[in-house]
Amino acid sequence: MRINLGGEQTYLYTNNKDIDATKKTIVFIHGAGFDHSVWTLFARHFSRHNWNALAIDLPGHGRSGGEALLSIEDNAAWIIALLDQLGLTKTALVGHSMGSLVTLEAASRLGERTSHAVLIGSIAPMPVSEPILDATAGKPSLAHSMLTSFAFSKRNLLGGNPNPGMWMVSDSMRRYEDEDTMALDRDMRACNSYTRGLEAASEITAPTLMIHGDADRLTPIKATKPLLAALTNARLSTVPGAGHTLMVEDPNHVLDQLKNHLF
Amino acid sequence: MTDYSPAELDTLALHAGGKPDPTTGARATPIYQTAAYCFPDSDYAAALFNMERPGHVYSRLSNPTTGVLEERIAALEGGVGAIATASGQAALQLAIMTIMDTGSHIVASSALYGGSHNLLAYTLPRFGISTTFVDTRDEQALQTAIQPNTRLVFGETVGNPGLNVLNIPKVSEIAHAHGIPLLVDSTFTTPYLIKPFDHGADLIMHSATKFLSGHGIVIGGLLVDGGRFDWDASGKFPQLSEPYEGFHNLVFTEEFGPAAFISRARKEGLRDFGACQSPTSAFYIMQGIETLGVRMERHIANTRAIVDFLSAHDAVASVTHPDLPSHPDHALASALLTQGASAVFTFEIKGGRDAGIAFVNGLSLFSHLANVGDAKSLVIHPASTTHFRMDEAALSAAGIGEGTIRLSIGLEDVKDLIGDLKAGLRAASKAAGGSS
Repeated sequence: MRINLGGEQTYLYTNNKDIDATKKTIVFIHGAGFDHSVWTLFARHFSRHNWNALAIDLPGHGRSGGEALLSIEDNAAWIIALLDQLGLTKTALVGHSMGSLVTLEAASRLGERTSHAVLIGSIAPMPVSEPILDATAGKPSLAHSMLTSFAFSKRNLLGGNPNPGMWMVSDSMRRYEDEDTMALDRDMRACNSYTRGLEAASEITAPTLMIHGDADRLTPIKATKPLLAALTNARLSTVPGAGHTLMVEDPNHVLDQLKNHLF
Repeated sequence: MTDYSPAELDTLALHAGGKPDPTTGARATPIYQTAAYCFPDSDYAAALFNMERPGHVYSRLSNPTTGVLEERIAALEGGVGAIATASGQAALQLAIMTIMDTGSHIVASSALYGGSHNLLAYTLPRFGISTTFVDTRDEQALQTAIQPNTRLVFGETVGNPGLNVLNIPKVSEIAHAHGIPLLVDSTFTTPYLIKPFDHGADLIMHSATKFLSGHGIVIGGLLVDGGRFDWDASGKFPQLSEPYEGFHNLVFTEEFGPAAFISRARKEGLRDFGACQSPTSAFYIMQGIETLGVRMERHIANTRAIVDFLSAHDAVASVTHPDLPSHPDHALASALLTQGASAVFTFEIKGGRDAGIAFVNGLSLFSHLANVGDAKSLVIHPASTTHFRMDEAALSAAGIGEGTIRLSIGLEDVKDLIGDLKAGLRAASKAAGGSS
């Protein structure tokens, strides 16, 4: 589905369904340098179970127009504007990595309008190392290699994808290559400069689920503790052997946890 | 494995896609010899059918053993995904059927394996898909051959019979300028000698029967998607960029991003045409791939020694191999195929057809058969076997002489191979009325 939001074309994957404000709604928010297509398996599931399932392309990503926004706060404001335009008054928000920070900020601002929150591969703060920022600023190929390498557990860099015949490493590289170079850099800097994560977490009242790989090398599981402590109504589900890109590394575990949290 | 790069070829050949079996601890990838898979509950089943979960439903669509092989070849080639097929020909057919309709057109290299040539020249026209064959060394001919309805450019990394080296960067540049993907058959080269995606190819197919397996005990094919071709921007592939009625109007490029092609090939091509690979075949092919690097190194070293030996022999009129400066693609091969060009090559024996037959009959170590890429060395005299119906003029047009011999160099000790070749050359010389 394509809509005009603030003068820019905005793409929402909805599994070819119209949005019905009377149904329950789940919104999937992708991470840095990615787009809606990392969520399509999950969105199809919720769609079949009669939810509005929206996997959005943030501005400047995937099939949405415009430029990538400069901050997590701007992305959260954009999400809220989107929900307002669609007339959605209560939604579950699911975010991965940068998308989890957008989820934190948006959920804190939306208050009672957030029915549930799910933070996948999330820590707060989410500092980005200087070598990665240097690479995203001017060496995109290196940035793609670095992020792909760190996004999977060491074991999963050798494959074993539950999706038959798919090689996660090249798939990740192609996704980064397909995205606008500036968008990836802006995304990384937005993550790095977002300082309100723990404060936002403390303001969220909706039941919140964190899903994290125990072999995450980008956002190590030990670093989840401050965020988990700041959330007032949260639990952590750990995915054994998985790294940062859980939707790809172990989609069945993620879907089972989403269902457990939301159904 | 360096800090930011994936594992190297020899590591991926052994490990990519496979894990110790979680139930039994078996280190080797088990052969899951099953047609179908039990569903834990109805909702799980529905989720599998509706592509909400990854997993297996029926072995025509996917199988845990073939899945490991598919992931391994995708890793070795640097593609986003792969499909194992019943044969190399099935892989070619799957690639074509995924993106072509009646009225579509292919531009193919004239230097192709005979089976591929038959499919394109004689079989596909029955279904409304036509092919123009061109000498891909001729850029102008390639440009001219591309029509508004052309949907694919196809060639072999190293082609039959003259070991024509495909200029993948140039050919892909021309194809892409017309919004068309390049499919290459990399059977002769394997990812050890070249990784075509790094040079601009979009799709790769293999006959896995040859060097990938090496043992000559199985028939199988592989189709790999590089994930870089922009099917949306091309505007020529509604199969991928517009709603597909056969799957609730999903749009493959929206749904699967860079894996759009390989996803449609599985969801439609394997489902409907059904040329899947058996898990036992996949197991055998994986046994070969595990040693691909060490075998190819030996194949190439033996080939180089034998090319040198034959080039200097009085009974040999000429040797056709890109390693030689006399080959028209020598410079291109030096740039693209830095590890070696091929372990399959031809040479012309003095004395014509009779000498050729005598040469083959005089060998004892080389196996006389119609295959290539085995660990054992192989030989065939095309004029008396695969091309025996052709007269001299037709043979010449195909680039084959009365005395042409094709060798596929194996892994035996090269001293023994050269000793066997000497015996064959002595027999050929006698048949030709000379001595050597």
